[in-house]
Amino acid sequence: MTKTRHSGGTTPQAPRKGAGPNERGGALVSLTRKAGNGAPAGVGEIRHLGLVAALVLLCAAGLITEPENFATSGNAVGVLVLAATIGVISVGQTFVIIGGGIDLSVGSVMALASVWATTVATQSYGPAVMAMCAILVGTGSGVVTGLLISYGRMVPFIATLAMLVAARGLAQRMSDRRTQLIRPENDAIEALSTTKLLGLPLLVYIFAAVAVAGWLLLNRTTFGRRTFAVGGNREAARLAGIDVRRHTLLLYALSGFCCGIAAIIIMALTTTGSSTHGDLYELDAIAAVIIGGTLLTGGRGTITGSILGVLIFTLITNLFILNGLQTSDQLIAKGVIIVIAVLLQRRGLRSPA
Amino acid sequence: MSDHTSRPSRRGVLFGGAVVAASTLAAACTSNSEDDPAPAAQAGTLGGDNDKPGKQVTLGFSAPAADHGWIAAIAKNAEAQAKKYPDVTFKPVEPTNDINQQISAVESLIRAKVGALVILPNDGEQLNQVARKAMDASIPVVNLDRVFPDKLSYRTWIGGDNYGMGVSAGHYVGKKLKDKGVSDPVIVEIQGIATLPLTQDRSKGFADALKSYGFSVTAKQDAKFTVESGNQVASNLLRAHKKIDALWNHDDDQGVGVLAAVKQSGRKEFFMVGGAGSANAMREIKAGGVLEATVTYSPTMAASAIKLGRLIAQGKGMADLVEQQAPQSVTLASETITKDNVDRYMPLGFES
Repeated sequence: MTKTRHSGGTTPQAPRKGAGPNERGGALVSLTRKAGNGAPAGVGEIRHLGLVAALVLLCAAGLITEPENFATSGNAVGVLVLAATIGVISVGQTFVIIGGGIDLSVGSVMALASVWATTVATQSYGPAVMAMCAILVGTGSGVVTGLLISYGRMVPFIATLAMLVAARGLAQRMSDRRTQLIRPENDAIEALSTTKLLGLPLLVYIFAAVAVAGWLLLNRTTFGRRTFAVGGNREAARLAGIDVRRHTLLLYALSGFCCGIAAIIIMALTTTGSSTHGDLYELDAIAAVIIGGTLLTGGRGTITGSILGVLIFTLITNLFILNGLQTSDQLIAKGVIIVIAVLLQRRGLRSPA
Repeated sequence: MSDHTSRPSRRGVLFGGAVVAASTLAAACTSNSEDDPAPAAQAGTLGGDNDKPGKQVTLGFSAPAADHGWIAAIAKNAEAQAKKYPDVTFKPVEPTNDINQQISAVESLIRAKVGALVILPNDGEQLNQVARKAMDASIPVVNLDRVFPDKLSYRTWIGGDNYGMGVSAGHYVGKKLKDKGVSDPVIVEIQGIATLPLTQDRSKGFADALKSYGFSVTAKQDAKFTVESGNQVASNLLRAHKKIDALWNHDDDQGVGVLAAVKQSGRKEFFMVGGAGSANAMREIKAGGVLEATVTYSPTMAASAIKLGRLIAQGKGMADLVEQQAPQSVTLASETITKDNVDRYMPLGFES
């Protein structure tokens, strides 16, 4: 029973009782600073400025090459819609990477959740259960990898790699490798992509809500401070009284939870659940997190950076298609951007030290 | 967490209960059995002298595992056709995507001395040797769709025409735009995986047919044969072109995503043509939306291959031809399904 209790979802455990937890919180803050290589908050903002500059450059390129198609509200909305799935996944991935891990299973877990939520049996319960099912399957998969990593002492790379393969296989098995259409009576799911509020489809609001919730969780709660501490220096975090294993488990559960939400978005976008969804998402998500300034070694990173990273990648795809360029050129551009971003980051790290 | 006691807290118990209830619910959701049956597998009707029971023959059958609705339909169609003949013993081997497994499966069929083999190889090059071995052991091989490079490795090849698919789509688009009197139309093409020869053949056929009307493709972009990639590419392409006259999408499975993107954009000014001929695409055509037509690459070819295999094993020719023996190669025409003839094709559609 204790285990299930530990998988208590994503709710942060705010320190409540007495002075003890508060003191610990204080220790954590100083620990976090240390883990962050003593970099003042300013560096993060400068790096974000770099990302914003990159976005501005891309937009300028769009304005110059395709003036009448790029700067339309329709196109801007389109970019946000296409960024939503990978964006939501990147929020979870950011937590895992800051916490010193990595989650390679995100794409497959999203595929599995989308398939599980669109089986004939699930669909018979209606859209609410379908959405719940997607979230449960996502979180459940996250809990499994989390248990393997925290209590089974497996290396995150290996454990999530195993989940990547197994979840994809299970998705194929469950769907018989077919594309499962959402039935007309469940089109409330599809409505997330077609219903608009203030000109934006509902799923963009889901994306925004996840991003804001992620930011609050990381920056304004004990859970967030512990994440930095665990990723920055595991041993120090343990000595400071953090249940590191339990926290690691929660991080992977959180990533799985995000995959579940992403599955709902992809179901709304494509009107299907399929084992082919989310192919290579793990790479896109990790790339976005890394160019967003999160250290792959953990202990440092921001949600804002990751979201900007996702937007940069989505904008590149958009620009290339608007200009009628082929996929292969896009891949090259993305590779170059990752390299440049990481090189810039290294400078950013060195200069203030 | 020192503030937890070893006694399970009320929150813990409640949460635990919720988890158990939730997982029971989720577990109940894995079932995928449908009440209404999927369209039955397709097989030709019986008729003509050739379908009268003849010499008893055993037909071996080997195909890749179903990773796409199309391949699933191949296996189903082959089996359904074989079952129609009392003089055919159908001997399928476990479908696999592993080259070595398929080779050893075909070898087991050779050892079993079947009357004829129908093989859809995972890869024509790599299965060539074992097909040749069957032919050398005087077991005729009917090569289905993916061709063996060595003509000594098969008795008859039967398959679809990718270039022809492009041509059919090009003619539909070209004729319709010409009739409408559109000059300088915006024609957009969403391809499958760009590196595959079949994609290049389809694109070439499309461009060549359009050229005969004096039109050309305005923009083309490759997707990955998946719903998600179709959705992504289509939603970007729709923004790149404010006004589109016609859109050809190579594959009906990725077409589900393309159609979703069209619906999300609310655009209605153009018409769309699909490819392959899935049941879902046919339902869309019948309902009369943006998808007006699809060009076939039909898995019914597996049923035809079984018919051919039986004829060859029994030493008969094709009834409609003068020749005493079955032909060496049959390339199926890519047919165009529109609202006018969709009812006729509906039973042939495969669930993607």
